[in-house]
Amino acid sequence: MSKAIADVKPGSPVAALPVRLAANTASTEPGLARNPGMKLDLGFLESLRNVNRSALERRAATLAKRRSIKADNQAAWLLRALSCMDLTTLNSNDTDERVRRLCAKALNPLRKDIAAGLGLGETVIRPAAVCVYHPFVATAVEALHGSRVHVAAVSTSFPHGLAPLETRIREIELSVAAGADEIDVVIPRGLVFEARWPQLYDEIVAFRAACGEAHLKVILGTGDLATLRNVMLAAMVAMMGGADFVKTSTGKESVNATLPVGLAMVRAIRAYFEQTGQMIGFKPAGGISTAKSALDWLILMKEELGRPWLEPELFRFGASSLLTDIERQLEHHVSGGRYSANHRHAMA
Amino acid sequence: MNILERYAAMDYDAAPEARNEADAWVAGRDFSTSLFIGGAWRAAASGATFATHEPATGKLLASVSDASTADIDAAVSAAAKALPKWRARSGYERAKVLYAIGRAMQRHQRLFAVLESIDNGKPIRESRDIDVPLAIRHFIHHAGWAQALTREFPDRKPVGVVGQIIPWNFPLLMLAWKIAPALAAGCTLVLKPAEYTPLTAILFAEVCQRAGVPKGVVNIVPGGPAAGEAIVNHPGVQKIAFTGSSEVGKIIRKATAGTGKKLSLELGGKSAFLVFEDADLDSAVEGLVDGIWFNQGQVCCAGSRLLAQESVAEAFFAKVKTRMSRLRVGNPLDKNTDIGPLVNRVQLERVRGMVAEGASQGAECWQPDCALPASGHFYPPTLATSVAPANILAQEEVFGPVLAAMSFRSTEEAIELANNTRYGLAASVWSENVNLALHVAPQLKAGVVWINGTNMLDAACGFGGFRESGFGREGGREGMLEYLVEDLPLGATIKPTSRPKIAGDGDTESPAIDRTAKLFIGGKQVRPDGNYSLAVADAKARLAGEVGLGNRKDIRDAVAAARKGTAWSEATGYNRSQVLYYLAENLAARADEFTRRLARLTGSNAKAAAEEVELSIERLFYFAGMADKYEGRVHAPPSRTVTLALNEPVGVLGIVCGDDAPLLGLISLCAPALAMGNRVVLVPSERHPLLATDLYQVIETSDLPAGAINIVTGKSAELAAVLARHDDVDGLWCVADADSCKQAEAESAGNLKRVWTSGGRKVDWRSDLVAGDTFLRRAVEIKNVWVPYGD
Repeated sequence: MSKAIADVKPGSPVAALPVRLAANTASTEPGLARNPGMKLDLGFLESLRNVNRSALERRAATLAKRRSIKADNQAAWLLRALSCMDLTTLNSNDTDERVRRLCAKALNPLRKDIAAGLGLGETVIRPAAVCVYHPFVATAVEALHGSRVHVAAVSTSFPHGLAPLETRIREIELSVAAGADEIDVVIPRGLVFEARWPQLYDEIVAFRAACGEAHLKVILGTGDLATLRNVMLAAMVAMMGGADFVKTSTGKESVNATLPVGLAMVRAIRAYFEQTGQMIGFKPAGGISTAKSALDWLILMKEELGRPWLEPELFRFGASSLLTDIERQLEHHVSGGRYSANHRHAMA
Repeated sequence: MNILERYAAMDYDAAPEARNEADAWVAGRDFSTSLFIGGAWRAAASGATFATHEPATGKLLASVSDASTADIDAAVSAAAKALPKWRARSGYERAKVLYAIGRAMQRHQRLFAVLESIDNGKPIRESRDIDVPLAIRHFIHHAGWAQALTREFPDRKPVGVVGQIIPWNFPLLMLAWKIAPALAAGCTLVLKPAEYTPLTAILFAEVCQRAGVPKGVVNIVPGGPAAGEAIVNHPGVQKIAFTGSSEVGKIIRKATAGTGKKLSLELGGKSAFLVFEDADLDSAVEGLVDGIWFNQGQVCCAGSRLLAQESVAEAFFAKVKTRMSRLRVGNPLDKNTDIGPLVNRVQLERVRGMVAEGASQGAECWQPDCALPASGHFYPPTLATSVAPANILAQEEVFGPVLAAMSFRSTEEAIELANNTRYGLAASVWSENVNLALHVAPQLKAGVVWINGTNMLDAACGFGGFRESGFGREGGREGMLEYLVEDLPLGATIKPTSRPKIAGDGDTESPAIDRTAKLFIGGKQVRPDGNYSLAVADAKARLAGEVGLGNRKDIRDAVAAARKGTAWSEATGYNRSQVLYYLAENLAARADEFTRRLARLTGSNAKAAAEEVELSIERLFYFAGMADKYEGRVHAPPSRTVTLALNEPVGVLGIVCGDDAPLLGLISLCAPALAMGNRVVLVPSERHPLLATDLYQVIETSDLPAGAINIVTGKSAELAAVLARHDDVDGLWCVADADSCKQAEAESAGNLKRVWTSGGRKVDWRSDLVAGDTFLRRAVEIKNVWVPYGD
């Protein structure tokens, strides 16, 4: 049974965690051990087939209604959301200048008066990473130099993952060479429908090898996977193959990250943890644009996995417009209840 | 804590729901005049009040008028006075009133929710998201029934003035379950809220005043047990609807015996929560949270007995413990609270005592290390493992956040363990295998079965128990029937049977070979245990023959044979149909013999006797045809779920026949009972038992499996009493004199068997009214099986 999960009691002080180096802290503790993966275990995989959609939807629907984050706590939790953000631009018309703007925003996410109003003092809270296409990796690395904000590159023929394996592996290598220290790969969804688990596993092992020191996030494209059972199984194969994170969506599928899908994935993470002792990260992405929904996701993580999973080493939002809404809410908080407007906050 | 510290901690903080509106309502109200009678507020005649406290703090909330017998008299009078006009209103007019109540409640939804949480202690999330919306749903749903009444229930009329007594665990929701169908049916009512939780009922009465409910139609009388007793015993009340403990339910059953009052009881439970190895275990854990840790476990249908398959039991219990450690116990008005306080000190002490007792009987009780508030009646969530079936925690209803866990090896054992209880309210079945789930659900003795879910409730789906969890259903069509009565063709008063003194000797004219009429038990002709016989007189008081004098041991044996005769209940409707057709066929072949017997025994002329035999065959034929037609329904509650309302046989059914139309009466009762798959223990007419002993020869040639019908001849009143007192008899129908009927009803309280009596009156068996669904409906228990779907 899970030690870490069981040890965290409601209201207990935060356990000291072996965390990977945070983007936004000056911690010098040794990082969280990376997922070494495990042998593809089809028997174990089979035991995870029992995913009841109705029950997961009911749980997801009541999760956020069982918890309420208000006032100072809300401000703190929104800062947490900010710190777990992969600030993202993945548009076909992206340019170097656009990416530089995004990086500038990542470096200075909050207006000074808001940071002061929140009492942050010297502490700088920034997004965990900036997430871009390969051509903009070098630009981002340069713009973020010295900041501890990671650079993530989407890869492996994002968003469909249908280029030859050789090409996809080469893409990872090139992005790592360009300075990306996080690689967000996509899986070919067809492998899930065909239940070609060994092939999927082998590809992920290959991606992981190509990543080297860079952390591997595996995007399942859950909007394409049709069932929560497929989501559960695909997530587990990704973790067996060595994923450091599993991630919901590319943002390009017709259905983005939903709480029921998230629930299936965090339960896969819990099952993997119970089986191996390895803590795997989770990244919902696509369609998360409001502070309220960010809180819902944080509640999901805390309720299902516990406090350790509320660190950027284990939780990320893939988001582009979320930051502005968080800023608005924080301004509302520090201004004593005045509602803010988007244009009062610097755009990315 | 400053924001950075909170940022590091990532804890939840108190998120209190504002209570100022509710406090203002309480402060602004004079609770010394809180009896709502005849549309006006008044003080108790005695001037007495009782105190209601806030469970979270123990503080006094209000001193509320305490209704006494005089006040109940006044309330019943007001209801009786309002009845004719209310009953005479069109369905549309009544529908508008129900709709107005629902919408008015919706406009004050938050006030109801906050007030409920303050008075009862339930977490605000539950009152806000579950209790109050569902209460509103009941009124709006029943508006439709009010309007459709005459079309949907053409042969029925409102029962009249209704007395309703509700518990403290869901004060407003139980009020809605009671009041909405009563108003829809055209009844007027007197409702007594529970002493611990009267406030939302008082607020509801205010809503009624504004929503156009005519004066006297709804009367709300807060009070204690004495007020409840006064309602139950009031001669002006035609029906009692009670939700509460099995103990009080049994007292009410006894008290109403022989009064002709209609009765529905929704009582306690010890509901099983079955987790099979192919279940979604993580979801099943959440099911438990909604099952046993909903409303602090103070839920009659709480899934309080966890049965997990051995192959996954350890892993599952570990998951449950992990989840339990995340439950937050605290202030019910905090939006982050999962478990509030128990309703009062008495309840807290009771739960503590039972857990201690369970532990001393060998259960291992585990509680998470969770902080409890310093004041208030809080009890932590508790998991008891190593619970033997005999342990108090497996047997008795705790009505607290205490889960008793056991494991099972096979599906068969799971069902056996699940049914090893006096109760039969609800059950949950967790499996991803639809074959398994739909195999198990019909075998569970429970009125509600949730597949891969728990505590799902809706106004369109009937709710209610088997066994000692009570009888009657609330919600949906079957719930409406509890407030309606049919026109049964009842006739003259039945006098206690007096067997005439035998005047002459036996038949010496045409000496035939002597025939010994025996009892018929377990498919065999058997001699009576006592080896005594009873002389049977014909219409002219001559000796017509002798039958066995059955005694209580014969009834015992007959019940045991019926209990064993499961083959009949498990047979398909088509199969039962063919057997009953065959029975009719064989009876027809011997129609002349039965006609002669009937004429001689009853003295009716040959034509009348032939008519009775012919009608009996026709009726048997009819019910044979209904065996595969009187089916359940499918409900569509407002979620992605089908709810299957299954008609299941009541089980072992005792049938005591009157002397009037001895063959037709017997067939009219036995045929629907058998058609629906019940196993019958028949006590035929005491005066004319030879018709029944002739009949077993017909039965023997008709492929009825052993135990399907068992015949015990003898003294009806005596045998009826034995049946009524037998706790393995599930139902009892009794056509007899008033005293016997009253006794049958009173003695049935032992196991709360379903009883129908003719109330001491004869039944006109020739009437077509008894050939409809009158007895078919009583021959079944409706089980609602909830099947959420989607993949």
